[in-house]
Amino acid sequence: MKPILEAQNLVKHFPTGGGLFQKTGVVKAVDGVSIAVRPGETFAIVGESGCGKSTLARLLTRLLDATAGEVLFDGRQVTRATGKALSDLRRDVQFIFQDPFSSLNPRMSVGRLVGEPLEIHAPETSKSERQEEVAELLTQVGLRPEHADRYPHEFSGGQRQRIGIARALASEPRLIIGDEPVSALDVSVQAQVINLLGDLGRDLGLTLVLIAHDLAVIRHMSDRVAVMYLGRIVEQATADALFERPRHPYTRALLDAIPDPDDRGGASRARIEGEMPSPSAPPPGCAFHTRCPHATELCRTDVPAPEETPDGHMTACHHWRKIGATPRRTTTRSRSPAAQARLELYRKATEGAEIIPVAETPDREDPK
Amino acid sequence: MVAAETNAPDLPKPENRVWKKFRSHKSAMLGGALVVFFVAIALLAPILPIPDPAATDWAAVRKAPSAAHWMGTDEIGRDVLSRMVWGAQASLLAGVISVAIAVAIGVPLGIVAGYFGGWTDAIISRCTEALLAAPFLILAIALAAFLGPSLTNAMIAIGISATPIFIRLTRGQVINVKVEDYVDSARAIGLPTRLILSRYILPNVLPPILVQATLTIATAIIAEASLSFLGLGQQPPAPSWGSMLNTAKNFLNQAPWMAMWPGLSIFLVVLGFNLLGDGLRDALDPREH
Repeated sequence: MKPILEAQNLVKHFPTGGGLFQKTGVVKAVDGVSIAVRPGETFAIVGESGCGKSTLARLLTRLLDATAGEVLFDGRQVTRATGKALSDLRRDVQFIFQDPFSSLNPRMSVGRLVGEPLEIHAPETSKSERQEEVAELLTQVGLRPEHADRYPHEFSGGQRQRIGIARALASEPRLIIGDEPVSALDVSVQAQVINLLGDLGRDLGLTLVLIAHDLAVIRHMSDRVAVMYLGRIVEQATADALFERPRHPYTRALLDAIPDPDDRGGASRARIEGEMPSPSAPPPGCAFHTRCPHATELCRTDVPAPEETPDGHMTACHHWRKIGATPRRTTTRSRSPAAQARLELYRKATEGAEIIPVAETPDREDPK
Repeated sequence: MVAAETNAPDLPKPENRVWKKFRSHKSAMLGGALVVFFVAIALLAPILPIPDPAATDWAAVRKAPSAAHWMGTDEIGRDVLSRMVWGAQASLLAGVISVAIAVAIGVPLGIVAGYFGGWTDAIISRCTEALLAAPFLILAIALAAFLGPSLTNAMIAIGISATPIFIRLTRGQVINVKVEDYVDSARAIGLPTRLILSRYILPNVLPPILVQATLTIATAIIAEASLSFLGLGQQPPAPSWGSMLNTAKNFLNQAPWMAMWPGLSIFLVVLGFNLLGDGLRDALDPREH
């Protein structure tokens, strides 16, 4: 199938420091990323904080300009689009922000916020048509039409994220990129918002690209997953394949880092030691070799190219054949009741079941 | 489809909230009352039953306050009350118009400098710093002297001198606001830059500018009084508080009321604008409830 969104060798370097007599450094936030998202799927990008996943999301929507490489949406250039082409792109690709408290203009009413994309991309609609459409969008995301007259500060985090989603849906996009859309929300509200995104994705035939660091969310939301480490994609596979049979030592370590209350010894766990190296001075060779238990001389000098494994993974590791043979510890273990309940919520959410709303009261005592 | 109906309680609209907060602010209300009082006097000057401010009465020179002349008379027998009322017009006009000039030039330049950055910012900021290097009043005096003595020129001179403050303030606010996610969200939906500036940047940088404008009106009124005191503002025989003080300084021993009334009025109107500005600052802060 022809990909709807494609990134080819995408690179983003941020200059740092430097001065009149000082050499400017660079942070290699995204360093040669290639992905292909198929129409209708939910594609997840995971990684630790600072691995460049948010930068990647912003490059894909052209909120940032790439240093090198290309992004294609439906075969059209994203990286160098201007004028009409860029405007079309802004209609077809939408972005959901991480923090619902800072991503809505505090001086605009909900109705204006949600109606704004219509105003730009469908200027022929009359004011009353637009109001009707806003009311419909608000209902669609679980808010009420009369909320259109209110201002963002009157809503709770979950409600604000719904407003953000309504705004993203207004221009009838084909692709929505979510930059950790639920990580700023309470756990109980997270499931509701995930449920909503899943429903919308299915009902409207949307393609979703989700940036996340919560593996539980990813597992139950996405069709395919890309794992990012220090600005590069280290492994790509379908969600099931990735969680059942991780190929890259980093993916394995990431999965084994999910806390498990029963496994106190953790002898079989793949561990990663130390911190992620700074993206302004990434190690030579495989970026992961400084923390990898399988690292050899080869890893210190040569950057591994992504290779396709027989079971359909794309993995960037010199030793995937050897490592793949080590069995991953089984996941048949009991979870704590709380974790179990949470996973149940996610499962129900993705299956589209009705979720009993957890009382969502506007948090008036927000952090000031 | 609907995941969960959620309710927002009935909260007042922001405008009502601001007004409510402002009303509960005692000193702000006092400031507002002072400003309203002086504005009303200035506006009503033509219809108030007061003598012509330029009419001289040689029988009543430097008379102390009495039933005939509530605030006394000056050195050529003009009624001080009526000169005070007409002088309020000059002072308030000078305050408001010069600040309007400063805001009209300063805010757009500040927005452009802050939002676009780079060379645009470098050029605007260096010019601003050059103007800021000269003290406010000295710059205003120099400009007024250069333009020639008249009330209009005094307003222009004060306006230009006050512009750098607004450029700097606006630029700083814009730099803070432009990195907010909601500005990115405007770019993400493809909003033209023109509309990003007018809908997302301007309304969010406006409150501190409004506060600064109110406080600068107070400064501008003092500056106009100073210029008039030096003979660079309102020209005789038209009255202004500054020029009245200038004359009064020669008669401080014989006729202290001549200096007292303009001095007191300048003090009160400046106090009023300052209290009003402080109150606005608190009332417009969206984070406080």
